[in-house]
This record gives sequence, C-alpha cells and structure tokens, in this order.
Amino acid sequence: MVAIPETGGYGADHDDGKPGFFARWFYSTNHKDIGTLYLIFGIISGLIGGYLSFMMRLELMEPGFQYFANGHDFNVFASMHGLIMIFFMVMPAVIGGFGNWFVPIMIGAPDMAFPRMNNLSFWLLPVALICLLISFFVPGTAAGDGFGGGWVMYPPLSTSGSPGPAFDFIIIGLLAAGFSSIFGAINFITTILNMRAPGMTLHKMPLFAWSVLVTAFLLLLALPVLAASLFMLFTDRIDGGTGFFDPAMGGDPQMFQHLFWFFGHPEVYIMILPAFGIISHIVSTFSRKPIFGYLGMAYAMVAIGVVGFVVWAHHMYTVGMDVNLKAYFLAATLIIAVPTGVKIFSWLATMWGGSIRYTIPMQWALAFIFLFVIGGVTGVMLANAGVDAYLHDTYYVVAHFHYVLSMGAVFGIFAGFYYWFGKMSGIQYNKWLAAAHFWLFFIGVNVIFFPQHFLGYNGMQRRVADYPEAFELWNKVSSYGAIITLIGTGFFFLMLLEAFTIGRKTRRVGDNYWGDGATTLEWTLSSPPPFHQFNTLPRIEDTDEH
Amino acid sequence: MAGHAVEHDYHLIPPSPWPFLSGVACMVWGLGMVVFFAGLQPRNGDSPMKEFFFSKGLDTLQGKEGASGGWILLVLGSLFAAYVMFGWWRDVARESEVGDHTPVVDIGLRYGMIMFIMQEAMFFVGWFWMFFELGLFHKMRAKWNTDVLENAPAYADSMAPGISSINWAGLPLMNTLILLLSGCTVTWAHHALIHNDRKGAKWGLGLTVLLGVWFVIMQAIEYLEAFHGRTHGEPWLSTDAYGSAFFLATGFHGLHVAIGAIFLFVCWARLMRGGFKPEKHFGLEAAAWYWHFVDVVWLFLFAFVYIVFGFNAL
Repeated sequence: MVAIPETGGYGADHDDGKPGFFARWFYSTNHKDIGTLYLIFGIISGLIGGYLSFMMRLELMEPGFQYFANGHDFNVFASMHGLIMIFFMVMPAVIGGFGNWFVPIMIGAPDMAFPRMNNLSFWLLPVALICLLISFFVPGTAAGDGFGGGWVMYPPLSTSGSPGPAFDFIIIGLLAAGFSSIFGAINFITTILNMRAPGMTLHKMPLFAWSVLVTAFLLLLALPVLAASLFMLFTDRIDGGTGFFDPAMGGDPQMFQHLFWFFGHPEVYIMILPAFGIISHIVSTFSRKPIFGYLGMAYAMVAIGVVGFVVWAHHMYTVGMDVNLKAYFLAATLIIAVPTGVKIFSWLATMWGGSIRYTIPMQWALAFIFLFVIGGVTGVMLANAGVDAYLHDTYYVVAHFHYVLSMGAVFGIFAGFYYWFGKMSGIQYNKWLAAAHFWLFFIGVNVIFFPQHFLGYNGMQRRVADYPEAFELWNKVSSYGAIITLIGTGFFFLMLLEAFTIGRKTRRVGDNYWGDGATTLEWTLSSPPPFHQFNTLPRIEDTDEH
Repeated sequence: MAGHAVEHDYHLIPPSPWPFLSGVACMVWGLGMVVFFAGLQPRNGDSPMKEFFFSKGLDTLQGKEGASGGWILLVLGSLFAAYVMFGWWRDVARESEVGDHTPVVDIGLRYGMIMFIMQEAMFFVGWFWMFFELGLFHKMRAKWNTDVLENAPAYADSMAPGISSINWAGLPLMNTLILLLSGCTVTWAHHALIHNDRKGAKWGLGLTVLLGVWFVIMQAIEYLEAFHGRTHGEPWLSTDAYGSAFFLATGFHGLHVAIGAIFLFVCWARLMRGGFKPEKHFGLEAAAWYWHFVDVVWLFLFAFVYIVFGFNAL
C-alpha cells in the first residue's frame, strides 16, 4: 500500500502540488480528477453496453436464430444493455463526469463540498459494475446464466422466474450504484447551495449548475424508493422470505411496478436534464448571445423535475389500471410537454439573430435539439393511454426512448465532451476526425432507430430474438445503422488517440478558445485548469447579463 | 490562479484511502450478501474450498444439511466496513479539532446531514407506500380482478379480520415511551454541552445510547414472540404480505435505530475523550437530528402499523 500523506501534508503549503500516481487516482479528493475517472468509467461502460446492443442488432438482422443459443441469452443481453447504459454510462458521464468537472468551477468554488464522499461515489460504481458483470456468468434460470427479465426487473420474472443468484448480484450492484448516486446528490446540492462565489446568486448561476441541482434533488428523492423496492425483491427471493409481490401470499406484483416507476420516471429526467444544461451553454456560446429567457429555462427544469414525480404510471397503462387513473396520468404526462417546449423554443430563440458558428459541439447540440424533438413528439403519442394500448412494449417504444436517450442524453454527452475537451485536457480535438465521428454517429443512430417506429407500428414486440419475416426489411436497415454507428464510435477513439499523441504537441489551447460567446467561469481558467482553482474566490459583478 | 496562498475558508482535503477502501469493503460485503442469502450453487468439478465458502449461509442458519462457511464473507465485509468507518470518522474528528471546519464548512455539513435525512425519509416512504397499498387497497383491487374473485383462497386477503396483530398497548407502547424518553435525554445532553456542563452531557448521551440499545432488544423480543407465539402457529413473515410489510418496515426502522445508536455512541466516545466545545459540536447535533428522525418514523409506525391496523384484528 502506498503511503498516505498526513493530514495537512500536501496542499497546505503549496497548492498545485499533485500527489503521486496511486494516491492521485485511487485516493483522490480532487473534483477534476474524480470527474476524469467518471468519464473514463463511462466510456468503458459505454463500450460494454454498446457491445451488448451491437450483438442484439446482429441477431435481429435476419429472422431466426443466428448468434444466440436461445431467447434467454438474448434477453440477458437486452436487460444488461439497459442497466449498464443507464446506470454506468449516461449517469456517470453526465452527472459524475461533467458535473464534477464543471459545477464547482462554474459556481466559483475550489472543490466539491465533501471531496472524500465524492470519491466514495465514484468507487462504488466499479463495485456495482463488477456485480453486474458477475451476474452474466452465474446461474439465472434453467435456460441459462444471467438475468433476462428486462432492465425493469418486474416480478415474477425477477423473483420465482429467476431463482439463481444472477439476479441477486444485480440487486447488490444496483444498490451500490444507487448509494453512489445518493451520495453524489448530497454532495452536489451542498456544493451548489453553500459554495457559490460571492455575488453569484441562484438567479445568476449558469444553467448547467441549475440542471445538476434539479437532477440531484431528483436523485435524492427517487433513488431511496428504488432501494426499498430492491430490498423487497431481495427478501421476496429468499426461501421462506417475504411475499410483497407474490399473490399467493396476498402480495401484489403490480406494486413493484408502481415503486419502480416512481423511481424510474424521475430517472429519465435525471439522465436528460444535465444534457439540457450542457446544450444551453453550447447554443449560447456559438450563437454569441446570452441564453434566451434564462429564468424561464431554469424554472422549466424545476417544473420538469416536479411534474416528473407524478406521472410514473404512464409506463404501466396496460396493467389493468382504473380508467380515471389513466386519464390523470395521461393529462399529467402531457403537461410535461409545456416546460420542455419552453426549453426547445428558448434554444431556438437564442439562436435567432445570433452569429452562429457550426463547430463540432454546436453540431451535436443542433442534432440534439432536432432529434430530441422527434423523441418528444413520439412521447406525446405514447402518453395517450388509448394509443399506448396498441403500442405498449413494441419497437415504437424502443424507438421513442432511444430518440430521447441514445440521441438526447448521449448527444448531450458528446456535445459537452467536444465543448470542454480542450478545457479538460488542454488539447483541441482534430476537427476532421470529430466531424467524421459526428456525421457517422448522426446518420447511424437515425438509421438504427427511425425504422423501429415502423416496426413498432406494425406490431413487432420488444425483447424478442426472432420475428416474422414480414419485419425483415426494416430490421435489416436498422442493423446496418448499427454498423455505421460502430464505425462512428471508432472515429471517436481515433480522435482521442490522435489528440493525445499528435494533438498534444500541435494543438494546445488557451484559456478561452471559444471566444466571446463563452462567458462562464471555466473560461477564465487555464486549460487544463490548475490542480486547485480559485484560491482567491472570483467575485461576480452585479449585472443583468447571464 | 495557482501558486498563491489559499484565501478562502473552504476545506480542501488531502488524498484519503477511505473512499477506495469503502468500495473494496462494499465489494466483499455485497458478495457476502449474495452468498449468504442465495448461495452460488456449486457446479460439477468445483473444489471443496469453493463449496465451503460459496454455499448458501442461510441454510446453515435454518439448520439444513451441509457444512457451510457461507457467512464468512458477509462477516468479513461487515468488519472491513466497520474498520473503514472508524478510520474515516477519526479523520473527520481530527480535522474538526485542528480547526478545518470553518463556519462555511460547518454550514455545508448541516446541508449534507439534512439531505441525508431527506433521502432516509424517502426510503421509508417506499415501505409505508407498500404497507398502505396492501392494507387499504387490497380489497378494492380484488373487486375488478375476476381472477381474485374466482380463486379467493389462492389470494389470501392479508388484511382480513381474524389476522392477529401485535397488541399496540404492550411492547410497542413501551418502545414508544423508550424512544420519546431518549429524545428527551439527547436534548438534555445537547443543552448541558451548550452550558458547558460536560458531566450532564456525558450522562444524557450515555443514557440515550442505552435507551436505543434497549429499544432494539425489546424489538427483538417482539419479533421472537411474533415468530413463536402466534395463534395460527406460523410465523407472519413468510405467510402473508401484511407480515412481510410489518417485519420489513419495523425491521428497517430497527436497523436505523441501531445506526443512530452507533452514531450517538461515537459522539459519546468523543465527548469522553474531551471532544466537542459548547459553541462547536456539529457531530453531536447531527446525531441528535438523526435520532429525532428515527423517532418520528417510529411514531408513524406506531400509529399506523400497530394501532390503526391493530383494530383490523378485532
């Protein structure tokens, strides 16, 4: 074990002295280093999750079984793809990665409020991911190893339907990931409420910090309910255990769906809200205008967060709910379109009359707005309980939530990555490689997911490894899209490789490489910023500009 | 920015091993949980070592056949976690003593504790939601569900009259009084410390810890009675959903009482070693907040789980 510096040893006398390699990356208490760890972790998880989805697309290229031994294995891939992409790719990248890197800097703080707990949040995630990966290789059902009951884990598929220890590992892993997020949420809320620089009132705070604040509250209030429902599953699975979800004991499997979606719907906003924040900064920077309707943008996110807690049962229209209940959830769900519309129109109004530069991050941001609107519109379709009775659990739903997540949240992540890559590394990306990444990805994901609307509308079910021949054409197109996306992802890694080998010698960037449009505090620091920034706190002038 | 002296009051912390070690402890503990409760079924050709360490620990507890060391990982993980908690807490206490906790850091700690209690509250919202759903809407759901109507016996109506619940006026009332009294003693300790009456503070805090332990013991006695003394003969936990909700909701509350008691015990130990000052003792205040929180959760449990649904048994 590496020697641990005594309290006050380093950092007390000279503030930019970095600790040694092991202490720096394993015992870190620096928000930028932890943010970097999160980003690397997100990329690794993204590769695992991406591999799972690519195998599914290969299998679905033609009717019949090609690559998978049976439907169970396919469903294991589908379930794990969902869990890994949500808990280990999007959330770590967008909240842990960019949140850690830029929230303290944007509000003018030297670090997070609880630097040690910050590192705990990170180190629980590899533990959780290892648990999920173990579950691939331990017995699930008689059909094979792993858990194939979908990322939503409904009982009885997750109780009597999956007796092996595979699902127990998933429960433990998700509990670890959940606690990681709860600690992270406590940290972000405390940092934002307590450590803003002098003069930075809440109503002057950058929108990304606002988005993380709202997200942190969603995490804080939604995840404990998931933890409770996971404990219920865990005890239900024990021999001679409880019967919360077992009708034979007077329990109710539908109750799990309520508890799960009470967490699950805010979770959707947890993934997309930080992306909203990132997009706001990018649109404003490259239109060289302050964001249109700043306060409306901030409170639209608050409204989305609040309403997001009372719409959960729109995921369960087909469980046999009372029709009045359906009417309520339908109306409440449609109301979310209002604050979301405020955001979309404010982005358009920000660009209106601006001097727009189509840089790589701006391209991602514009693609985000375009594709998120498509996903939002299909969401309005699905919110209608009557229409949903037809479309429930079809590929239409798959297309919908991949348009808002795979193209919303992930495009937001890439937009932020290219926007801040120079700030984080001190190296500018190669714009030809970045452009190739963007265009291949943009075309690829659209080719994957747009035909899935047709498939779903024609009645193709989710979570099937085999399908009638009538669906072959669009499935084939969709799988070609996966190949295009894979090549695009290859360009992303090529871009990284080039940047850290050739680019580090030739394309060093200064403090503010985006020019006048970039007004937040991170652009006042060097690229990369010093190990500890703001030894003298910045002072925010009393102006009306945001 | 870099290279000149720190001019702010925030607390920058040097690298610390505890978060990483917490992750390792969590890994061992998680593996232990799965092994203990589910077991990793041995496959053909597994070594006896693996069979020993990875077979289901719960079976041994329930007196089933087979030698098993399935509990070892869980115990190791818990001990590891306890060690990490000790080290982490010790570092925080030392930092407080050398004055790292400036007023602004102190406010941050308060925010953090409030947020932590909020998430604990949402955790219990999950359990109460389950409890009320089973208690209030069970029959309502059965009305439209023809499957329930046609197979009534298969859907044992958990809240039907005739199910005996624990008599609220017995142990539960006693437990309520214990917790309310402990709320008084912790306030006594707090005020004694503020007025620099360290002896009073030590007594108040020590009594609070003892009352907490007493509560947990009483709860354990109640569980034993619920397991063995039921008129219908079978333990609740595994016979119906009401029993499940009862045991898990009160059980997690009991766990939180134990956590709160440990928190208070740490404060007591710090007090005995000369820690805390009349004007600065947030560790103690946080423990008191947490203690009042578990107190309030108990009042809800007492009112609804014991009293209101107790009437169902009449």
